[in-house]
Amino acid sequence: MPRADELKTRIETSLPGASAQVEDWTGGGDHFRATVVAPQFTGLSRIAQHRLVYDVFGAEIGGPIHALSLTTKTAE
Amino acid sequence: MSENPVRDAIAGAIAENKTILFLKGTPDAPACGFSARTVAALQALEVPFAAVDVLPDPRIRQELSAISQWPTIPQLFVDGELVGGADIVAEMYETGELSAVLGVEAPQDAPDEAPGASQEPEAPPLQIENRLL
Repeated sequence: MPRADELKTRIETSLPGASAQVEDWTGGGDHFRATVVAPQFTGLSRIAQHRLVYDVFGAEIGGPIHALSLTTKTAE
Repeated sequence: MSENPVRDAIAGAIAENKTILFLKGTPDAPACGFSARTVAALQALEVPFAAVDVLPDPRIRQELSAISQWPTIPQLFVDGELVGGADIVAEMYETGELSAVLGVEAPQDAPDEAPGASQEPEAPPLQIENRLL
């Protein structure tokens, strides 16, 4: 079962310079909510920003990670 | 002839409908909170939209995500382009971008946050349910 701190680490590892806050939305280990600030988002549409985060987890989204609700922000 | 009729049907539906939402359940009875939020945003703007329930056949979701390169449901398309899923649609609703993309006027008394799923629209939107089946 994926854990919030594991998701945070994977996002920050895959997107160097990124800062992620991840919470287990329901406590069930399958619905997560994340706010990600990353320099890689600069100049990208929201769709492209979210895809970068989804791509970290690939097929796990919709599988073990049933839902990952995202808010993305470019670095200040 | 195509070897993938499900994918062709999905691509056709996206091309033929200006605004089309792929969701879990139906606009009247969303089967997931994320789908419900997205339906509520569209209904609050009183925009007609086609709707496809992905639940009856797992191939719909599989082929949709293959086309859109987007892993989750719901997915909103306008003019053939993926606008976003539940998070992006809610954010765009709050900022007024959604009404701009949809080509409708923003509501006069737009609430600060996306409307709840229980909100009843005055005019029911166009529904094309399970049209791929």
